[in-house]
Amino acid sequence: MTNHWSDIKNANLVLVMGGNAAEAHPCGFKWVTEAKAHNQAKLLVVDPRFTRTASLADVYAPIRTGTDIAFLGGLIRYLLETDQIQHEYVRNYTDMPFIVKENFSFADGLFNGYDADSRSYPDKSDWDYELDENGHAKIDMTLKHPRCVYQLLKKHYSRYTPEMVSGICGTPLKRMMQIWDHIAETAVPGKTMTILYALGWTQHSVGSQMIRAGAMLQLLLGNIGMPGGGVNALRGHSNIQGLTDLGLLSNLLPGYLTLPRDNEQDYDAYIAKRAPQALRPGQMSYWQHYGRFHVSLMKAWYGDAVTEENNWGYDWLPKLDEPMYDVLKYFDMMYEGKVNGYFCQGFNPIAAFPNKAKVGAGLARLKYLVIMDPLVTETSEFWKHVDEYNDVDTASIQTTVFRLPTTCFAEEDGSLVNSSRWLQWHWKGGEPPGEARTDVAIMGGLFHRLRALYKSEGGAFPDPIMNLDWSYLRPDEPAPEEIAKEYNGKALVDLKDPKTGELLLRAGQQLAGFSQLRDDGSTSSGCWLFCGSWTEAGNQMARRDNSDPYDMGQTLGWAWSWPANRRILYNRASADPSGKPWNDKDKRLVWWDGSKWTGTDVPDFAVTSAPEDKMNPFIMNPEGVARFFARGNMAEGPFPEHYEPFETPISRNPLHPDSPGVTSNPAARVFRNDMQVFGTADEFPYAATTYRLTEHFHFWTKHSRINAIMQPQQFVELGAVMAGELGIKAGDRVRVSSNRGYIEAVAVVTKRLRPLMVDGKIVHHVGIPLHWGFVGVAKNGYLTNTLTPFVGDGNTHTPEYKSFLVNVERV
Amino acid sequence: MDINRREFFKFCGVGIAASSLAALGMAPEPAFAESARHFKLANTKESRNTCPYCSVGCGLIMYSRGSGGKNVSQEIFHIEGDADHPVNRGTLCPKGAGLIDFIRSPNRLQYPQVREAGSNEWKRLSWDDALTRITRLMKDDRDANFIEKNDAGQTVNRWLTTGFLAASAASSEAGYMTHKVVRSLGILGFDNQARV
Repeated sequence: MTNHWSDIKNANLVLVMGGNAAEAHPCGFKWVTEAKAHNQAKLLVVDPRFTRTASLADVYAPIRTGTDIAFLGGLIRYLLETDQIQHEYVRNYTDMPFIVKENFSFADGLFNGYDADSRSYPDKSDWDYELDENGHAKIDMTLKHPRCVYQLLKKHYSRYTPEMVSGICGTPLKRMMQIWDHIAETAVPGKTMTILYALGWTQHSVGSQMIRAGAMLQLLLGNIGMPGGGVNALRGHSNIQGLTDLGLLSNLLPGYLTLPRDNEQDYDAYIAKRAPQALRPGQMSYWQHYGRFHVSLMKAWYGDAVTEENNWGYDWLPKLDEPMYDVLKYFDMMYEGKVNGYFCQGFNPIAAFPNKAKVGAGLARLKYLVIMDPLVTETSEFWKHVDEYNDVDTASIQTTVFRLPTTCFAEEDGSLVNSSRWLQWHWKGGEPPGEARTDVAIMGGLFHRLRALYKSEGGAFPDPIMNLDWSYLRPDEPAPEEIAKEYNGKALVDLKDPKTGELLLRAGQQLAGFSQLRDDGSTSSGCWLFCGSWTEAGNQMARRDNSDPYDMGQTLGWAWSWPANRRILYNRASADPSGKPWNDKDKRLVWWDGSKWTGTDVPDFAVTSAPEDKMNPFIMNPEGVARFFARGNMAEGPFPEHYEPFETPISRNPLHPDSPGVTSNPAARVFRNDMQVFGTADEFPYAATTYRLTEHFHFWTKHSRINAIMQPQQFVELGAVMAGELGIKAGDRVRVSSNRGYIEAVAVVTKRLRPLMVDGKIVHHVGIPLHWGFVGVAKNGYLTNTLTPFVGDGNTHTPEYKSFLVNVERV
Repeated sequence: MDINRREFFKFCGVGIAASSLAALGMAPEPAFAESARHFKLANTKESRNTCPYCSVGCGLIMYSRGSGGKNVSQEIFHIEGDADHPVNRGTLCPKGAGLIDFIRSPNRLQYPQVREAGSNEWKRLSWDDALTRITRLMKDDRDANFIEKNDAGQTVNRWLTTGFLAASAASSEAGYMTHKVVRSLGILGFDNQARV
């Protein structure tokens, strides 16, 4: 979230799109009802289903799954055409005046530079600004230049007329305009809308671009950096934010640092590429300090073994020959027999990943599989024959499976990062069952034994294993406190202020924040973003002062929020260029007091940079401003464009009806085996989407008796009109099939799903909750991901769970 | 006396029950008073925790029995929302409210186990045997398939034939240690739930 849960109460308008917070995040959703009750806020919900969130909405609009870019693109066009934008914000704080290179173009659904064979844009060099002789981007503050971002944006979305959008989305025109008009009202300076989204935006082949479109909308309205504004990913698991921050992803290192590619053999060039100089005069470009973050990380991991002479252990980091080895890529390799070993730590891939048949076949080709989990998972028993729910031949599966019991949250100390970016410490309350151990103890146990083997036997490239710093009090089980102090970081020598020579910290003391990090090896920090969470003043994550002196919900004394205990990102943008809040009454966040920046939140800015210095609020971008034009950072192009889901019920892209190559995302990666098992609308006519229920959390809660009682049996939701056409009554058993398999469940017939008129034809939706499987105390059911397609977003490769095609029959 | 808010309620709860009975003119027989159920959270240890389900991060209070002594294991028997928490303010959803059934689930794993190739059953084994066998498999695979240089002669130091999925319901401390170990081995097939 750019903002945070309690801040929702400051909103004047709440848009929930691509999420169902009332069902999936009930205790966070109370801040929406708080905004409605005490801030006269209105709630808008756009969703294929009339959800629990929709039932509380002031206006609800149905939309066909997978078409949100069309909806948002149409809204962007409407705001530009009717000139309902936050002018001063847009002109000063965004890239609208920036001039784009001459060769950038868009035609027939493609940006310039497309290569159909590789399904990608290998050369994106024209997707960038025109630079002047000083290396600064050229701008036109009048926004008249034909190639300035404002004009290009206007041109790009000129095709997204209300009629076109309504035809793609199936949203009735009148209802759509009603929603758009409500949203346009927040273009007034000081009036804010917040956007709450979740996996309903993420899990599409164009998911990243949907979220970008939402961010662009918020920039147009001047809602980023504002209290009650922002683009807020509600997120899923309790520490999904923390593990992302800590970089546990194929291509990342902690703190959103990135692993090198094969061709980045030169250390200095690797750092320089990630540490951009400012693209406009006087801008901060905070990533220019990348080297400090990286060297401090390597010191935390490798201690004295890394020095300037060995480039801080640069060769010990693995280098990528592919953009990433994400789970779809990796399970495709497994399916092809190229993987021998796999670890699942608190993760149940056969239930969680698309196309269960392919995932199961991949697991069966492993030599060894190691499960670390507090609970029995389907993945740990993928080899077991369980009726029709897991129809496998056990004896033929030659994978050795180890299953290691772990503690759960209640049985250990530590911290979790919620979607508000709050690091909250928790305390152990009881003992684990049997011989269960913590994940830390298991990782420690494995690492120890490996290091001992490399010491006694030698082996392939032992250097990073032998040199990993492991100076913990109990090497077999490092304490959570020690680890937390390590990711915060410490001074390795007496640290002096480079300007005054004043002693800041003695060697061994905890760093106070990331501004103290150095790139000369004198500081360590395992995750620069978390620097400040455990200082000489103690564990900041354990703070429990819930006072809220400004009644803005910021609670700066509760836990600790990255970065630097800041609660709202980009909050400099909540004040106008002269440093005054856009709204001095109830949206006061930060302001210039004549000598420094101060406010009700920690300023996200250089605190002594006066407004006259003209430093802009988006300090992480070298431009200093927010981007409508993504430059070369997105796989599909600098502006979001609507493409159909890979399995589309209308078989064409109404924006480009005669170009089959751009029906679906032309830059999404599709594996050889998977293209063949996409279904088509003639055989699988219904648009399907998957989701969670409030009584359940993915596949865990079927091990919890009370939850199994509350939702005892697998069901699917069908619209009343569709069910009537098929002769299906509520309570009938139905078979739902895709081109990859089928599930059977009880039919819930409901008016919450209604037929939509799309591109001249009727489209019905089928709603499929997740939750059931073949282990647990709940009644067995089919894994929903038997049905879903093995294709992901063009940038993140997050699978398209939310839009695919099925057929439905009565059993 | 130094008591916190919750302890204050505990004290008061007993007092109010007694005084309101008296006010109704029902001075109870001693035997009746003794048969009244004690307040179930009296004499318990409270631990602050965070709900492990979704990422709202609701505050929890876990109540456990046990003397609190070093050699006594605490048993959690009740979990409720933390009223001091600025986001959930004491509330929990149907998932959080059922957490006691999660930590006490009959499907909690107790011991290390192995399912041998082709077998149809689990066998219990010791931690030491489990970790020793796993590290042997890891090392053999790494030594056989580690790539120090690619075809162009560039230093790449990666291990692609073993992969790792990390848990985004685990603590940040577990996540950090997992990352530290996994990258030192050269693993690139590495993701957490944020990928899906």
